[in-house]
Amino acid sequence: MTRARGDGEIGKLVAVEGIDGSGKSTQVHLLEQWLRHGDVRVFKTEWNSSEIVKEITSKGKKKGRLTPTTFSLLHATDFADRYERNILPLLHAGYWVLADRYVYTAYARDSVRGCHQRWIRSLYSFARKPDIVFYFQVPVDVAVDRILSGRPKLKYYEAGMDLNLSNDIYESYRIFQSRIIRRYDSMVKSDGLVVIDGSLPIESQQQIVREKVSALMPDAVAARVRGSPGIESRAS
Amino acid sequence: MKAGHPSATGRPIRFYGHGLPYLGEPSVTGRLIVIEGPDASGRSTQISKLTEKLEAEGHAVVNTGLKRSELISQGIIDAKRSLGTGKRTLSLFYAADFADQLENKIMPALHAGYVVLADRYIYTLMARDVVRGMDRKWCHELFGFAVVPDLIFSLEVSPTELVHRVFQRQSTLDFYEAGMDMGIAEDMYYSFIRYQKLIATEFRRMEKRYQMIPIDGEREPLSVELELERRILGFLAAQTT
Repeated sequence: MTRARGDGEIGKLVAVEGIDGSGKSTQVHLLEQWLRHGDVRVFKTEWNSSEIVKEITSKGKKKGRLTPTTFSLLHATDFADRYERNILPLLHAGYWVLADRYVYTAYARDSVRGCHQRWIRSLYSFARKPDIVFYFQVPVDVAVDRILSGRPKLKYYEAGMDLNLSNDIYESYRIFQSRIIRRYDSMVKSDGLVVIDGSLPIESQQQIVREKVSALMPDAVAARVRGSPGIESRAS
Repeated sequence: MKAGHPSATGRPIRFYGHGLPYLGEPSVTGRLIVIEGPDASGRSTQISKLTEKLEAEGHAVVNTGLKRSELISQGIIDAKRSLGTGKRTLSLFYAADFADQLENKIMPALHAGYVVLADRYIYTLMARDVVRGMDRKWCHELFGFAVVPDLIFSLEVSPTELVHRVFQRQSTLDFYEAGMDMGIAEDMYYSFIRYQKLIATEFRRMEKRYQMIPIDGEREPLSVELELERRILGFLAAQTT
């Protein structure tokens, strides 16, 4: 079996960003499946998933004790743990690392929470810039509807209730998410985010994503990956 | 009561960097005094003596230190036990713990007019990181949310003297205080000496930047105590007259 190998070359880092309900996790899942079918070594990592930090963050959330700064630092700790343990070593081994949320999530969320933008950026200055960042852009109402239809119970911090935006948790959530969208939008140019219209059909979004990702591959790998069954062929 | 009352209006708080922008412009009436120094330098003894003295003088005192946050300190202990936890992860974890203490304990106390005596502060955290190869600038920026203390003392004790003090209390050196994670010496004794020298060098480098007051900690505890008392009471008196 032939496999895409690093051969001393560093792997590729692909990040997906967007608010909850933007569809980014679905897209990164489809991308992962496609790469796996093409025998590319892939590793996917999710925001806030480090074992050593998870419990504390959830405890702090329950106690309502997290300030914007501790919230931000705990997420940075989570990121650093995944970065030092997984992301960097895997990239060095030539893996494709797919990050479901990356530093841009912190830039957007923590600055909405009131931390200083420059401070947040200095915290994450050790993180490698991805080879490509997809930003799934959706109108706030579309995303909020998707989230609320599937999971009507919102959590305190998730809804940005700590920001005193509204006493109504749903209203607070909507305002919070729309502020995050504004932050993402402002990063499109400065940080070179590739905007994907998240209101397009899933298949069309995935096709754009795959085209952009193919461009990052050496020709031989791209040919092999393209030859593997994609969603188009499976759907037909 | 010899001590004057803190002024009711307060004064703006100073931060090292961007601070805590979401708090607006907080004002405080209390004072933040930091005692830095390695383990066995006499820090804790001095802090309890100072607390008694300051309270006798009519100042309300709050004690604080590192790794004491209710929320995060256990997580740090677990993370240190877990193999493969990287140094940047640990330094961010310590920073989170410190931030929790700062916002939930130190700031409210300063706001209420207390004298906060801190048993170590961000300098220990920065020194530990820098000797392990982390970038100084990154460490400094990380703690941009930290309040600038009114007074910072650094208790200086030579590494060989420290070893003897530790051995008088217990028969083993602490793994991290000996820098054993760094692989700088095979023997724990030599590792301790080398590590403490590196830390002391980093502290001397920081003295100027952060305006620390070096205190000779090799003297009799009583003379250290008298010097600290004199300096602190002198400072507090100058602020209230």
